[in-house]
Amino acid sequence: MSYQIDYLALAPELVIIATLIGVLILDLFLPRNQKYWTAVLSVIGVSLAAVPLVLLAVDGTTRSMFDGSYVVDTFALVLKGLFLVAGYLVLLMSVSYIESDRYYQGEYYFLLLSSILGSLVMASSRDLIVLFIGLELTTAPLFLLAGFRKGDAKSNEASLKYYILGVLSTALLLFGMSLLFGLTGEVQFDAVREKVAALGDSPALGVAVLLMLVGFGFKVSSVPFHFWAPDTYEGAPTPVTAYLSVNSKAAGFVAMLIVLYRAVPDAANYWAPALWLMAAFSMTWGNLSALRQRNIVRLLAYSSIAQAGFMMVPFASAAVAGADLTEAFSATVIYLAIYAVMNLGAFAVVIAVARKTGTGEIDGWAGLGSYSPRLGVLATAFFFSLAGIPPLAGWFAKFVMFRSVIIAGGVATVVLAVIAAVNTVIALYYYARITKAVWLDPAPAEAAGDRDARTSGSLRLALGISAVLTLVVGIFPAIVTVFGDASKVLGAAG
Amino acid sequence: MDLINDWGLTVTVFLPLVGALLIGLVPKANEMAAKSIALVISVLTFLLSAVLAARFDFGRSDQYQFSVDTTWIESIGARYHVGLDGISLPMLLLSTFIVVLCVIYSWNHWEEPRNPKGFLLLMLILATGMNGTFVALDLVLFFIFFELVLLPMYFLIGIWGDKTPRRIPGFARESETRLYAAIKFFLFTLFGSAFMLLGFLSLYFKSGEAGAKTFDIPALTELASTNPGLFAGRYGWLVFGALFLGFAVKVPMWPLHTWLPDAHTAAPTVGSVLLAAILLKLGSYGFIRIALPILPEPAHTWAPAIGVLAVIGIIYGSLACLAQTDMKRLIAFSSVGHMGFVMLGIATLTEVGINAAIIGMVAHGLITGLLFFLAGSMAHRYHTRDMSRLGGNQKLIPILGGILGFTVMASLGLPGLAGFWGEFMSLLGSYNPLESLSTDLFRVLMVFGAIGTVLTAGYMLWMLQRVNLGEPSEEWLGHEFHDVDRYELAAWLPLIILIVAVGVYPHLVLGATSDAVTTLVDNAFGPGSAVQAVLGG
Repeated sequence: MSYQIDYLALAPELVIIATLIGVLILDLFLPRNQKYWTAVLSVIGVSLAAVPLVLLAVDGTTRSMFDGSYVVDTFALVLKGLFLVAGYLVLLMSVSYIESDRYYQGEYYFLLLSSILGSLVMASSRDLIVLFIGLELTTAPLFLLAGFRKGDAKSNEASLKYYILGVLSTALLLFGMSLLFGLTGEVQFDAVREKVAALGDSPALGVAVLLMLVGFGFKVSSVPFHFWAPDTYEGAPTPVTAYLSVNSKAAGFVAMLIVLYRAVPDAANYWAPALWLMAAFSMTWGNLSALRQRNIVRLLAYSSIAQAGFMMVPFASAAVAGADLTEAFSATVIYLAIYAVMNLGAFAVVIAVARKTGTGEIDGWAGLGSYSPRLGVLATAFFFSLAGIPPLAGWFAKFVMFRSVIIAGGVATVVLAVIAAVNTVIALYYYARITKAVWLDPAPAEAAGDRDARTSGSLRLALGISAVLTLVVGIFPAIVTVFGDASKVLGAAG
Repeated sequence: MDLINDWGLTVTVFLPLVGALLIGLVPKANEMAAKSIALVISVLTFLLSAVLAARFDFGRSDQYQFSVDTTWIESIGARYHVGLDGISLPMLLLSTFIVVLCVIYSWNHWEEPRNPKGFLLLMLILATGMNGTFVALDLVLFFIFFELVLLPMYFLIGIWGDKTPRRIPGFARESETRLYAAIKFFLFTLFGSAFMLLGFLSLYFKSGEAGAKTFDIPALTELASTNPGLFAGRYGWLVFGALFLGFAVKVPMWPLHTWLPDAHTAAPTVGSVLLAAILLKLGSYGFIRIALPILPEPAHTWAPAIGVLAVIGIIYGSLACLAQTDMKRLIAFSSVGHMGFVMLGIATLTEVGINAAIIGMVAHGLITGLLFFLAGSMAHRYHTRDMSRLGGNQKLIPILGGILGFTVMASLGLPGLAGFWGEFMSLLGSYNPLESLSTDLFRVLMVFGAIGTVLTAGYMLWMLQRVNLGEPSEEWLGHEFHDVDRYELAAWLPLIILIVAVGVYPHLVLGATSDAVTTLVDNAFGPGSAVQAVLGG
């Protein structure tokens, strides 16, 4: 056993740790009106954390630590890159939002950075314990962040619901993991897989796997474990909602897929049908509910439930058909990456528009295109990208999703593909409804908000980055296939 | 001169997009600049496509010329592959040409809320989508261009469309026609193309069984004829069904046509013209370019069903026309009928039939495009499209009335004008369908199609009578109507000339297509083809 520590491999995590400690200390000494320096420090810290990531990527060697429990390979690197970029965008969105409402700025950034740290750890985890710690470090700060608007009853409700259901899911997840440990006596994924394969069929294994699946189901807000999502999304401060719907969902997804793919692929007869059902119901229920929403954030909540369903489709269909999971895994990771960019863009637009309309209702967006054409174009781009209309990035996500279904073949998968195809059309309806309000409806004479409100510089930057990525990825999707190729590394290693 | 060979097609496709970007940079108040950019860009695009046509080697029209084939998305096997053959050439020319006319017509015809900048910008994006679809030789690329037309058309209908409130069955509130029509158009097409994409993907993976997996249309066509049976059986039947959904919605074939009357009626004039003249052709072009040559055996199985649906479309469209009061809606339903003839031609799987389909597509593009221009200009003057209030148009606006009379004659298939050839050849084709198809069935279809031509003549003349002839109603007494202005004339004259030219000398279109169609039919259905192998012929 060697416990030699590779500091370069850990550098991104170490930079984030240094930053969050720095933020806490800085917060102590800053006068009230200069607290925004904590935001600046956080942004710098997250940017700096990307530097060792690039160095590691250029180097390209797989670095394994702590007996193989913590691995920095290409797969971990691209995911860390994704989490950092998404975290960076959320930080940019937060700056003026958090400053304008006199939140506890230092604490806010401290918690957000902790959550980002958790997702970085999770991406490298190759055993159940590290994975659990990473995942919980990602979600636990969000219990607090969701309730950050202390004076607002909805925000309190958001926090409480998320907390109670989050703790429940954690308990289930942990229970499943402990059962799995009990059955195999191992925590490392590769070792677990060997033992599971030797174990053969066992009902206890089924219970363990399904309990874990339920736990993950809460984290990614898939039907029927989605009940917390709409209320929490609506009540939480909007940048936190963006973070919940992208980073924390992505972290949950990656954790779920790593476990299913690396640790218990041999128990697919238990989890595959369950995943199939979760995918089908998430898509359908999420979309149908989204049709009825009048509040933009609730609509995005249901849309993200439906998107979670789309993301499960490749894995569910490959597993049900007994096909190779590698393609499905890379399809899901590509989908996640594209979803992250376009959904963050959509939330950035929501934040910018909320300042102008002064309301969260979709009807309040009427005529946005006439008095703020740039935001109108951006809203159109992000929402149609979410709907999967070429040449915006979303089409490629849908494309790889359908592609992996067709690879798998078989009746159950064709049925799932048809459900997904029909859902694509349903989803278009409510995304198009937003653009209808923006361009086709006349602007009301009186607005609750200030139509001339300036969009802050940091928010502009966030909008710009996500817009450019959405368009460029849509035209040259080859860029994101690095995520897919990197995912195959995970399979090759095992 | 290799520049044209290597870059000609790519520039023809993307020049309008560059134009759209330029228009995006112009301030909204400067309408003249936006219009000039749109005109220059669309004329340049048309000239470029004309140069391509001039340099096109008609002796080898069955081969792809000006091809470009480079990597695009390597990891999924999609390539940037474009090329032009005898089938796509007339469609590309039609597309670039109609866009120029639309820009000219738009010059002083703006529907509320005006905003020429936005309108022309969307129109140029639309042009890129249309041109791209006709030259794409890779299934993924085709899909992208096919979908690219949706967004601009959605906004053209939704923003500049008809603002009369309308009660939609099944909805509690009244909503404006444009809103309903725009989203209906979008949802229908997306529904079809989601399945089309599934079909494309399964072709890709199936092709791996006989070599390298590919999205390449020529390569897949080649595979289909060298490996009969690869894309056959139940698998082929399902894939053809998926493609059918995608293309048939766009054509539109009965019973998937219901979006069309709404979209056409609600769209602004130029939107209707582009929709009728080009967008509908994307569907029938897809059948000819992709579905038939790659899936000959399933096409053979599906052909009778397509034929029957096509004829139902002809009869249904004609009968629906007789029940219309709105002039634009009548023309829209007439499109369902005319596209029925196109699809009937395709369903015969013969050279005559497919040539009929292509010339029918071109003719319908010219004639119905012109009809929508006329209907739009009339609505612009009378502020109504209700045929019971119109009447005596010939007396009130003589030149416009004359052109309308001419176009109606062309539309009902008068010999000597463009509309005749499509209908005639399509009926001729169904007298003698592909040998292995049921001759009895297709002869019955031919009879019903012939009845359809009579009905077409009936409703067209009836419309002419109600709108153009007779005495003007008292409502218009004392109104001064200005006759055709020079922008209208500049947009319409070329169409009139072409309608006559194609009518008198159909070789203009058939000269380009016939070799390409012969090769297509020979490879797919001729002796030694997949179909003959499966049928044991």
